[in-house]
Amino acid sequence: MSSSDPTNFDEMHGPDGSIRSAYRGYNAWLEEQDKSWMRRKGAEAESFFRRTGITFNVYGEQDAEERLIPFDMVPRVVTGGEWRRLSRGIEQRVRALNAFMHDLYHRQEIIRSGRLPERLFRDNSAWLPQMVGFTPPGGVYTHIVGIDLVRTGPDEFLVLEDNARTPSGVSYMLENRETMMAMFPELFTRVKVQSVSNYPRRLAASLAASAPASAGSTPSIAVLTPGIYNSAYFEHAFLADKMGAELVEGSDLRIVDGKVQMRTTDGYRPIDVLYRRVDDDFLDPLTFNPDSVLGIPGIMDVYRAGNITIANAPGTGVADDKAIYSFMPEIVEFYTGEKALLPNVETWRCADPDSLKYVLDNLEELVVKEVHGSGGYGMLIGPTSSKKEIRKFREKLLEKPENYIAQPTLSLSTCPIFTRDGLAPRHVDLRPFVLCSPDGVDITPGGLTRVALKKGSLVVNSSQGGGTKDTWVLDD
Amino acid sequence: MLGRVAEGIFWMYRYLERAENTARLLAAGHRMTLTRGQEEASQEWRSVLTTLGLLNAYDADHDSYTGAQVCDFVLRSKSNPESVYNMFERARTNARACRSAITMEVWEAVNEGWMTLRDLLARPVRDANLNQVLGAIRRESTLARGATHGSMLRNEVYCFARMGTFIERADATTRILDVKYYLLLPSLAYVGTVLDTSQWDNILRSLSGERAYRWLNAGRMDARSMADFLILDPRFPRSLTFCYATLRENLNELAQLHGREGKSHVAMREADVKLAGKTVEDIFEQGLHQFLIEFRNSNAAISTAIAEDYRFIP
Repeated sequence: MSSSDPTNFDEMHGPDGSIRSAYRGYNAWLEEQDKSWMRRKGAEAESFFRRTGITFNVYGEQDAEERLIPFDMVPRVVTGGEWRRLSRGIEQRVRALNAFMHDLYHRQEIIRSGRLPERLFRDNSAWLPQMVGFTPPGGVYTHIVGIDLVRTGPDEFLVLEDNARTPSGVSYMLENRETMMAMFPELFTRVKVQSVSNYPRRLAASLAASAPASAGSTPSIAVLTPGIYNSAYFEHAFLADKMGAELVEGSDLRIVDGKVQMRTTDGYRPIDVLYRRVDDDFLDPLTFNPDSVLGIPGIMDVYRAGNITIANAPGTGVADDKAIYSFMPEIVEFYTGEKALLPNVETWRCADPDSLKYVLDNLEELVVKEVHGSGGYGMLIGPTSSKKEIRKFREKLLEKPENYIAQPTLSLSTCPIFTRDGLAPRHVDLRPFVLCSPDGVDITPGGLTRVALKKGSLVVNSSQGGGTKDTWVLDD
Repeated sequence: MLGRVAEGIFWMYRYLERAENTARLLAAGHRMTLTRGQEEASQEWRSVLTTLGLLNAYDADHDSYTGAQVCDFVLRSKSNPESVYNMFERARTNARACRSAITMEVWEAVNEGWMTLRDLLARPVRDANLNQVLGAIRRESTLARGATHGSMLRNEVYCFARMGTFIERADATTRILDVKYYLLLPSLAYVGTVLDTSQWDNILRSLSGERAYRWLNAGRMDARSMADFLILDPRFPRSLTFCYATLRENLNELAQLHGREGKSHVAMREADVKLAGKTVEDIFEQGLHQFLIEFRNSNAAISTAIAEDYRFIP
């Protein structure tokens, strides 16, 4: 059995080797299992994923066109009580995000009040002047949000990142659970876990509730994908399939009679809600990127006329910006009148000279990220970088300090993974998925747990060798 | 359903059917050449390439027709975009692009089939393994068809799947007959020479009809009843009559679903005229070769009309 490293919080094993309460049920089951049988099960999981085609594509890798994200079969367990506390914080944050979006594209009270510097969004390429003064159907901007959380102690969850643009990974939440249930059916009779399987139904309901007033009683929903070569194509097809919605590409759509319509075998049919998984830039070549072949010419006019819901609303990517992130505690307080229940990770904005000086002096201790970056690319992890890497990064940083923020290297919590030699602790994060509609905020009890498979590594991104785990919220 | 998806499904099933038919043709050719001299074997392999419409492409970088070369070219050669491997890969790509129109069972059958063939065809196929590989191709295609039959809703998607299958199958039967039509000409039978029944056997094998034919004809073989069987027998699932019964059924189903007919229904009726009520004598009188050419043309016309009627492209 594993012993946990005393310098960070392990979610399964206490410092004295005892089993923390969330994992007691799982541990009791595990101790009864034969070790070589468990090893065989590990191999089974991989063939299961390959057969069902749950893959992701890595940009820039030619041979490995479709790769599997490794799956670890030790669940990540959260108690019902922990989850309830967490949910309150998530809901508060998502409501604030939505109010913030509305304000940014309307009166901009938060800027007038001096709480947020104007340049933050003026310099932000995700900011869309086309959205100014326009309110999306139902007033909802962020229909689907993924909040990335890290844990540093029994009661300490921190927000690492907000994904308000097009969060991905929810198919892994669902398929990881299916895999676990197929592999260890009896485990689920022993430990009561809250179900995640109705997420697609909740998503469909949430999208339908956000339909424009012009839609009938059963709005027509479609998922817009860039196509089969996109890294998340599997998820797009998966969600369309589970929702019973059409999976469309730009070339299937056209504006007919002031509505966005799709080319069916029986002529053009209107769409009321478009769950788009393409970036703003590729949405409408008439309004945004004129070279895009992915988009639908004229869709923004239909949108502004109130004849379609686009989820998430164009321009919500502003909130994914890491400089905006650093202001989230102020943003939450400004729109909800309450202190943020979920704290941010301490963040230095390199645009600010004092912070920059501190960051430069402490590069080998810090994690430095690009403000607009994502996927773990273009970042520096001080403690694991060589002197040379740090020197090169310092030059980049000095060139455009406003492009960077820095955070302390957190002692992220660990959760055991299954290795040939038994359980071994690895660092994890958590992305719960949150749905917003005029009917309210809906959080599915679970999420995507990403795990760094390399010993000691803090990088959990799937594009950089991270894996995933099934995330359990106990029904207690 | 989306026009693009209808197109993807239609072609996915055409590719699967074509891969299977190709494997069957190779198996029959292979069996035949085992008992022949080099010259005759080379002729047989050449005729396999002609049937598949690959002769020109093959000739471009080969100067002889050996079993190993022909099989490698047909099954896996990079210089052959119509190879069985590419066919399966395209079927899988289409299945991926139409993932939300097919069931998990169908997707898994196609995806696993592709994985199996990718491994089997990673290296040149040795003579000793040829039958195993050809068997795998037929099996994987059969599994996909079986999963389709057993798990798919009988709706529009299913209609396009069936139409793709049977347009392709009718095309394959026609091609096989056309390359070997001279063997079926009744005049030969009248001449009273010693007939090469193994050639006939070969035709039946390449259409998986040898057992059915023997059973129906108590082991007797003659050109007339063979042509009758392969073209007109409504019970044989690779006869032209059978293919068209299924095609008609699915086109009618679509007309009912959409409340209208299109160019494809007109083309179907025109093709029906050429087949319905015909006896094998009528066909021989018209000229078998001529009949087959006309049939292939109308088959292609139906396929084009389907693409147009159901908006495969904008």
